[in-house]
This record gives sequence, structure tokens and C-alpha cells, in this order.
Amino acid sequence: MDKMVREVKDPASPVIRLNGVNKWYDNFHVLRDINLDVVRGEKIVICGPSGSGKSTLIRCINALEEHQEGQIIVDGTELTRDLKNIEKVRREVGMVFQQFNLFPHLTVLENCTLAPLWVRKTAKKAAEKTAMEYLERVRIPDQADKYPGQLSGGQQQRVAIARSLCMNPEIMLFDEPTSALDPEMIKEVLDVMIELANEGMTMLCVTHEMGFAKTVADRMIFMDQGQIVEEATPEVFFNNPKSERSRAFLGQILNH
Amino acid sequence: MKSTMMEEKMIPAREPPVNSRGVLGWMREKLFATPSQSLITLTLIYGLYLILPPLWQWAVMDATWTGESRSACNVDGACWAFVTARLDQFIYGFYPESEIWRVNLFFVQLVLILGWLMIPAIPGKKLALGLGLLVLPVTSWLVLSGGYFGLPEVETHKWGGLMVTLVLALYGMLASLPVGVLLALGRRSSMPVIRTFCTAYIELWRGVPLITVLFMASVMLPLFVPEEIVFDKLVRALIGIVMFQSAYMAEVVRGGLQAIPKGQVEACQSLGMGYWQSMLLVVLPQALRLVIPGIVNTFIALFKDTSLVLVIGLFDLLSIVQAALNDPEWLGSAVEGYLFAGFVFWLFCFGISKYSQRLEKN
Repeated sequence: MDKMVREVKDPASPVIRLNGVNKWYDNFHVLRDINLDVVRGEKIVICGPSGSGKSTLIRCINALEEHQEGQIIVDGTELTRDLKNIEKVRREVGMVFQQFNLFPHLTVLENCTLAPLWVRKTAKKAAEKTAMEYLERVRIPDQADKYPGQLSGGQQQRVAIARSLCMNPEIMLFDEPTSALDPEMIKEVLDVMIELANEGMTMLCVTHEMGFAKTVADRMIFMDQGQIVEEATPEVFFNNPKSERSRAFLGQILNH
Repeated sequence: MKSTMMEEKMIPAREPPVNSRGVLGWMREKLFATPSQSLITLTLIYGLYLILPPLWQWAVMDATWTGESRSACNVDGACWAFVTARLDQFIYGFYPESEIWRVNLFFVQLVLILGWLMIPAIPGKKLALGLGLLVLPVTSWLVLSGGYFGLPEVETHKWGGLMVTLVLALYGMLASLPVGVLLALGRRSSMPVIRTFCTAYIELWRGVPLITVLFMASVMLPLFVPEEIVFDKLVRALIGIVMFQSAYMAEVVRGGLQAIPKGQVEACQSLGMGYWQSMLLVVLPQALRLVIPGIVNTFIALFKDTSLVLVIGLFDLLSIVQAALNDPEWLGSAVEGYLFAGFVFWLFCFGISKYSQRLEKN
């Protein structure tokens, strides 16, 4: 019996829906009553002090972390313990990590084709063609035969973005994608992300790059102590934050 | 500004000074750099002078290489005649003489596959590895035991000598690595039943001496299993060796698995890859490469431990040499016999070690 309700893929209906989500690490209440709807094509930037649960939140969306209460529905599939559902969601949701997490024993091209070959069962030729297209879009086609260890941090992160895109995801999650980069490499990664946003990708980004947030975000989400404290457009959030905690946070990061 | 400096002229490269070049320079630097170092060097040279010439005299100059019995040998030298006269037995055991070509075929297969794997110039390493892992064990067993395709059956109690050592080592290595990998993965599993089982298995087998395992396999196992299923003695010993060594292998592999950052698995998961895909395609290739030295160490231990099968009456290389020592014709040849057996074991283990060093570099 299939109890899962398939939603019609109507562009206005939310592609991600979080309903009263709670999560604990042992006794530590890390996510508290999170409610969030994301519509197709929306760009959301999540910010907040460290330990506020923002990484945990987006890691719940592709079930890298398990939530204990509430409902997470991604692209019409509810995340339950059922591994089939989880893997189905993961195929449609790309993720970019702070530490890149490229596969060091494979070349850049092989990094990009691995999942299409084994998960999507794409033919090798087609997978390589797609991979080269995405490597061109992140502007490193000439590095295709190198190993990740031979690239700079910025290049590695762009490969990681290309690797995710090769699965043709509906949604992209970014978990502090520029936090491990040297300052001069941050821009090349943000540029790729801005391009992706302009093409209409649904994006959830955890980042401290407030310039990027102002350029790209449709909505800002500010989290503190496991809660969503404030949700607003970038104009409102940066110029006129409502909560005391947002103001304190912005005061700290913008004055440096 | 006075503090900045610029050099317009290029300084041409020169040869290093004379006293740091050539053999003399090397000796001064490496052997006689300080008085105490010189003393150590001289002492060691004197020690070698005391040991090597008499050994050479005994093992080569005064040695007797062929002969029919101990009495044909020079009393002052090594009696290698014992080894040459018995060589066939040391290699083939009691394998029927008319069928010895089958053992030779087994050796040739082994050499061909190993040569293919080791010589970098020959292409198709993946095919060679596949043949070596999947086809070679089957064909070898068919050729050696026979009973098919008109080959007369040669029961395993007639096998002996080097061929038994190689059969035990080959099958032991081929089976203990994959079993060890499965146990290591199981020990890190999130499923408590699997984790507990694997942990208990590893701790149990690691805690028992191999001799006990072999005795159990040989004496106790037939008591527990129904009479219709009578395993061959050699197969029982092999199962014992694999169960024992796979526990060690599991711990080596687990060390490698622990060194792979969690992010690798998360990256696989985020791309929709399942558990086995992430393990086989991403985690294990990296983890196994990291622990090549440990795996080879276990392989070498396994190779040498095969000689323990003598306690259950199987004749591997060492035990067949030992048995030959009881021959009245050759009484007193123990030194030569053990030296020979030791040398053959060393040769194989050194070969394994050298090959692994090459693997690590690539």
C-alpha cells in the first residue's frame, strides 16, 4: 500500500515542505518546531550564529541527518525511515559541502560521472558529455583529467558543484560552501552559484556571505538556538531586522 | 630606500666541493663521520669478517651438491645432496609421478598471472586481476584434484611439499581478504545484530592460537557435522586458516576504514548512492590502498603459518622436509633441511613484500 500522497508538480506548490520538524542530538534539542515551505525556483539563504542548527536543518532535507518529529516532504516524497524514499529524494537533491568531499582517488571527470553511471545507469559516453558540459559551466574543463588533490580549493569546490549538477537535481543545498576557502577564491565559487541562481535552480544556502545573500536571496532565514527566529526578504532583513537577536547578529558580522 | 636589495648578476651553478663527492665523500659522510660512528662501522665489519668467510666455506666451497646418501657427503661442508636428491618430493609430495605435469601446470598458471600483474609493460591489469581472483582458484583446484575431463582423481592426502604450501597460501589469501573486508564493514555497521556478530567473531578467532583452530578443524569439526558431509582434511585446514586470518585481516581493514573521512560517505549519499555502491566505489578503494602494508603483513604471516598444518598430519614443505630427515640414509642433515625450507619461505615472503612496495608507490 502506498500511503504517500503524490502532489501535483504545480510550480506554485512547495517543492520542500517542513512541518513541525524537531531533532535532538541525544538530549540536545537542535531543531525546534521548524516550519518552512520552499517553492520551486526559490533561493533561500540561511544564516545565524554557529551552533544555531542551520547546517543540521539543510542536512535533514536530504536525510543526512534524521529528524525525530514532524514531516519533511521533498518534491512530493516524504522522508521516512524507508531507504527507497530517502535515496529517491537524494537523487533529486544536490549538496555542496564546506569540505568539498571530492573523491580523491578519482579524476575530476570520474568524480562527475560516478553517480550518473552507477545511480542513474547513464551510458558512459553520455555521462562524460554531460560532465564536460557542467565542468565548462564552472569554468574548469581543462582540469578534467587531474585529481582533486592537484586543484586549488576554489577549483575543488567548483568541481563539487559540477558533480552535484551532473545528477540533474531539482534542488541544490549549499552547506557553507565558501567557509573553507582562501579569501581570493571565494568569488569564483560565488560567481558560479549566482549563475546557477539566475538559471532558476531552487537553492538553499547556509552561508555567511552577506553580499551573496543580498544579490541572490528571495528570502532570508535567521536561525538561533534551533529555531527560525526571523524570515524576511533581504531588504527588510538587512535594513530593518525585527528581532533583537537578528540585530545583534547582523551587528556582529557587518561591522567587521 | 637602502633596505631593499637587488642582484642583477646571476650566480652560475658550481660542482659541490671535492670532499663531499664520490665514494670517498660518501664513506666519510655515512661511515666515518664521527669517532663513535667509525668505531661502530669497524666493529660491524669485524663481525662480518668472523661470520661470512666460514659460512661461505661451509655452504659453498666445501659443500657436496649431489649424492645418494649422507655418506657421500664431505664431512666439513654442507650436504646439499640431501636437498637435491629429495627435491621432487619436497615440491610435489606424494603426488603420482605420472600426474606431476598437473602440478607444474598449476605453477605455470601462477607464474603467468603473477608476471602479468607485476610487469608494468603488459596491459590489461584488470583482466589479469579478475582471472587471478576468480578463474585461477577454480582451474587450479580442478587440475590438481582431478576427477573431471578424464583426469584421474588425486586425493589431497597425496598432495604435499611446496605445492601444499602454495595451495594453502593462495586460497587462504584469496578468501581471507574478502571475508576480512566483510567482517570489518560488519563491525562498523549501524545494525546492532550484525555489529555484535562480527565483533564477537573477530575477538573469538583472534584470541585462539592457530594450532588450536587447526586441531578443532581436524578433530572436532567431524564430530559436529553430519557424517554425510565429510570435508577433506586439506579443505578443513583451509577453512580453519581462513577463519583465523580473516579476523586479523578484518582489523587491518577496519584501520583503513576509520581513516576515511565521514564526508566521503556523505558525498556518496547526497548523490543517491546506496551503501554497497559507496563502499565498493569510494570508501574501500581508498581504505585498502592505505593499509597495503598491513594486508601484506597478514599475508606473509599467513604464508608462514601454513607450516602449522603439520600438527594435523598434512605434509607442507616444512613437514615433508622434517619427515625426510628421519630417513636413515640421510641422518644428520637437519641443518641443511631447515636452511633449505627457511630459504624457500623467505624467498616467497620477500617476493610478496617487494611487490607490495611497488603497489604502494603506484
